[in-house]
Amino acid sequence: MELNFSIEGGDFTQAGQASSRVKKVLKQLGVDVKCIKSIVIALYEAEVNVVAHAHRGHILIQIEKDRITTTIEDEGPGIPDINLAMQEGFSTASKKVREMGFGAGMGLPNMKKNTDDLQISSVIGKSTIVKMVNYF
Amino acid sequence: MKVSEIIDQLGLKVISGEKGLDRGISGAYVSDLLSDVMGNAREGQIWITLQVHQNVMAIASLKDLAAVILVKDLQANENTIHHSDEEQIPILSTSLSTYEITGKLYALLNKQ
Repeated sequence: MELNFSIEGGDFTQAGQASSRVKKVLKQLGVDVKCIKSIVIALYEAEVNVVAHAHRGHILIQIEKDRITTTIEDEGPGIPDINLAMQEGFSTASKKVREMGFGAGMGLPNMKKNTDDLQISSVIGKSTIVKMVNYF
Repeated sequence: MKVSEIIDQLGLKVISGEKGLDRGISGAYVSDLLSDVMGNAREGQIWITLQVHQNVMAIASLKDLAAVILVKDLQANENTIHHSDEEQIPILSTSLSTYEITGKLYALLNKQ
C-alpha cells in the first residue's frame, strides 16, 4: 500500500496532515498502538521540517506486511552538516518559526528516537532526502 | 477524572471542542515547545501552554490528548478553534499563569 503527500514550504496549516492520515490508516490495519505512536511522532517532525525549512516537499509512505517506510524528499537549502543537525538543541529555524514553539532543535532527535532506521542525505542548495523505516 | 470535572473546580472557560468534555484525564504536560510535547506528552493528558495557533490542535489530536488549557486569557486562533471542534478535543482557558494553573491542576489530580 502506498500513500503520497505534497507539502508547500512555509504553510504550517499543512503540517500534520500526512501523519494524521497515516495514523488512521495504521489503526485500521490493526498495527500495534505503540508502533503507531512512534511513527506519528517521526512523521510529524518530518512534515514540520519541510514546512519550516524547504520550498516544497513530497512524502511517500510504503506500508508492507512487516514495516512502514517513509521517504521525504524536499527541494530546499539542504543540510550542510548532518551530524550537527542531529544534535539535540541545534536549530537553524527562523525567529518566526521559533516563536510558534518549533525550532527547538528536537525534531531530528525525535525522528531518530522513534524510528528503527533513519537515513538522511542532502545536497546543499538543492534537496534533502530522509528515509525512515519502522518495523511493526 | 473527566475534563468536565476540572472546569468548575479550576474556574476554566470552555472555548471550543465541547463534545470532548467527557474525555478522561490521565495527567498533564506543560510545555510551549511543540516538539517536546510531540515527543513526550502521553495519551489522555491535559496540555497547558501559551501557544494558540492551529498546530497545537494538530499535536493534541495526533497525541490523543484530553484537552488543551491556554493560560493568561490568551485567545486561540480561529482555525485552532475550528480544529478543536472537529477533533472534539476541548480548548479551555484560564486567566492564571502557567505556574498557578499547573499547581492547581496538580493538586486536584493528586487529591483523587
